[in-house]
Parts: sequence; structure tokens; C-alpha cells
Amino acid sequence: MKVIHAAIVKPGTTLVNKTGGWRTFMPECNYELCNGCGICETYCPDSVIVKDGDRYAPNLDYCKGCGICANVCPKDAITMILEGK
Amino acid sequence: MTQLLAPGHRMCAGCGDALATKFALKGAGDRCIVVSPTGCIEVSTTPYPESSWNVPWIHSLFDNAGAVAAGIEWGLKKLGKKEDTTVMVIAGDGATFDIGLQAMSGAFERGHDMVYVCVDNEAYMNTGIQRSGATPYDASTTTSPAGKVSFGNPLPKKNMPAIMADHGSPYVATASIAYAKDAIRKVARAAEIEGPAYIQIHAPCCTGWKFDSSKTVEVGRLAVEAGLWPMYEMIDGRIEKAKKIRDRKPVEEYLRMQGRFKHLFTMEGGEEEIARIQAIADWNAEYYEME
Ligand SMILES: Cc1ncc(C[n+]2csc(CCOP(=O)(O)OP(=O)(O)O)c2C)c(N)n1
Ligand code: SF4
Ligand code: SF4
Ligand SMILES: [Mg+2]
Repeated sequence: MKVIHAAIVKPGTTLVNKTGGWRTFMPECNYELCNGCGICETYCPDSVIVKDGDRYAPNLDYCKGCGICANVCPKDAITMILEGK
Repeated sequence: MTQLLAPGHRMCAGCGDALATKFALKGAGDRCIVVSPTGCIEVSTTPYPESSWNVPWIHSLFDNAGAVAAGIEWGLKKLGKKEDTTVMVIAGDGATFDIGLQAMSGAFERGHDMVYVCVDNEAYMNTGIQRSGATPYDASTTTSPAGKVSFGNPLPKKNMPAIMADHGSPYVATASIAYAKDAIRKVARAAEIEGPAYIQIHAPCCTGWKFDSSKTVEVGRLAVEAGLWPMYEMIDGRIEKAKKIRDRKPVEEYLRMQGRFKHLFTMEGGEEEIARIQAIADWNAEYYEME
């Protein structure tokens, strides 16, 4: 029997695992209310909120729908909506 | 910039450990080598053949992260390659308070230049919520279940920062995932200081503590505001700058948010138990001069 004692793998490779499929609720941002503070980006546990120009938006390929971004937003700009799939 | 911890990891939605890891990496920067013992962070970031890490990372045993980090630090020094590389352990509370304490104690005694980050979710979460030395008084876990004959964990939380400070650590700090800037700054400071530094980051676990995944940061903030998670830095064993809390919240507000304390609100005698927990917060407020 071949026993593997240790292995080296490539960095950053969990990107193949698109965790967006875990989601039930999806964050939706009202950019009229958003002031671009970036607090949502700071507290996203999956680091999926990215800055796009002066807007922050979640990468839905990986967003797990936890709802933290909506909870921490000081402007109540983010709402979690049931996602129709 | 590439995220030092790539998405696609399997930590639960709303995981406090994931936030603690993110902040630890932000504080240490990309010139670091990370050692993780077994636990939620290790298991969910490295399902073979994948890895979320974009810095060099090694999985130690559950019980020897301190020794593995010490070996890396020594090796780098002997090779003349230590320079500004930070050797950082990112470990759970079970791995730190209980199982890995001996290897860690040795590493701190010998004075290796490392940053030891304990991600404190207050139980052995990866194996299904067993009590550890970090579990707070009266929390219900699978090995300290609340029920007819018990209010949950009968023992107080071990004062791990004090134990590490007593090893002669030049820098010991507590932080919380609910205060990102503060946590990042403390890890950066620890990385700069020569010698073994210890940082304990409070990391609410929605799965083990039983609250909605959206409330991780809110729960973390309440622990601090209620005086149950004092935030301070210790330089050469002396407490410096404990965070001041204005209008301390009653512990009840914090307890009520979490299923692990639900029995305190339904069982006879629960009120007295809540008063005991309030006394812990009051003691903290006085000892750490929070007010
Ligand atoms: C020597 C040893 N004992 C037990 C285990 C099983 N085990 C794996 S992870 C884990 C729990 C880890 O708890 P903690 O360190 O608090 O990290 P968390 O999962 O809570 O983040 C246990 C008991 C193991 N891997 N090795
Ligand atoms: S719902 Fe959670 S995972 Fe999705 S963007 Fe918001 S914080 Fe990130
Ligand atoms: S069990 Fe808790 S610590 Fe572990 S991945 Fe889930 S939320 Fe994170
Ligand atoms: Mg734990």
C-alpha cells in the first residue's frame, strides 16, 4: 500500500470551488443609499466583496449569502433577498 | 491585490474564524509563513488537492504547532533567511488552551520570534462543539450539555493571555473580529516585535453558538460592550490600554442572542446563573479598568 505522509499543493486553488451554490439569500445593494465606506468588504468572511470603480459588489460565484454585509452596513443599503434559481 | 486567503474555502457561511484568519493575514502581510494545527480553519481551507492559502502554509499536528513554528523560525535563522519573514501560528482555542499548550509553552520559553494567533471560538468546533478550556461558564456544548442536572459548562474560561504573558512574552493582546482595524493593527504590532507574541481573537461561531449567520459581527461586538471580552495589550507582562467601554451593556443582551445560553432563560435558577455571569463582566470592568 502506498502511504502519502505529506503533500504540497498549489496556492489559492480553492477558487475551483464556487461556494455561491450554498446561498439561499442574496445581498442586493441600493447604490442610492451606499456611501462607499467599504465596511461590507471588511467584514465579508469570504472576501468576495470587491471594489468596482467606487462601488462595492459581491462576487456571486462565491458569496455564501451569510448576510453579514447587510447586517454591518451603516446605511442599511444592503438587503438580503430570496434568490430565485 | 490577490487575497492572501482565497475564496472557495468551506468554512460555514458567516464564520468568525474566517474573519479572524483574514485579519491575521492582513496584519502580518504577505511575507509570512503560517502554521495551522487541525481545526475548522485547517480542514476547510485545505481539502486535498486544494488550498486557499496564498502564503506558505503548513499543517502541523493538532498538538505541536508551537514546535513546528519554532523549527521554521530556527531554520530560517540558521540559513540567514529570517530577515523580515513573520512565522505565524493560526490555531483554534482547543489547540491552544488544551492540546497544544505544552509545545507552545516550550516555544515561548525558548523565546522564538513568532506570532501565535489563537482564534477563539470557545469550543472544539470542527469535531462538533465539544467544550475546551476556552468555553465560557454555562455555555451548553455536546460535552457540557445543559439539562435537568446542569447549566452547561461548570468551569470558568482559562485566562490564557495571562499564562502567555507569564512566559515572558514581550507582547500579548486580545482582539475581536468585530473590531477589524484594531485586530489588524495588533497582529502587525506583534509581527514587528522580536520574540514570541500571543494574540487571542474572539471569533463567534454561528454554528456552535447557535445564532443566525448574519449576526457574527454583532455578537462579537456585544461581547465587548458587555464586558465579557476585555480588549487589551500587555507589554512585557504589563497591561497597557484596555479598551474603554461607555455604557456597558447587561450580559443578558449578549447571552440572549445565542442558543448555547438559551437554557439560562428557560430553566429554573437561570436568573442566578445570569447574575454570576454578570459578576464576571463586573470583575473584568474593574480589573481591566474599562470604565
Ligand atoms: C491529537 C488529536 N486529537 C484529536 C483530534 C480531532 N480534532 C480535530 S479538529 C478538533 C477540534 C479543534 O478545535 P479548535 O482547536 O478549538 O479549533 P476549531 O475547530 O474550533 O476552530 C479535534 C478534537 C486530532 N486531529 N488530533
Ligand atoms: S452575504 Fe456574506 S458572503 Fe455574501 S457578500 Fe455578504 S458578507 Fe460576503
Ligand atoms: S463550525 Fe464555526 S468555526 Fe467552524 S467553520 Fe463553521 S462557523 Fe466557522
Ligand atoms: Mg475552537
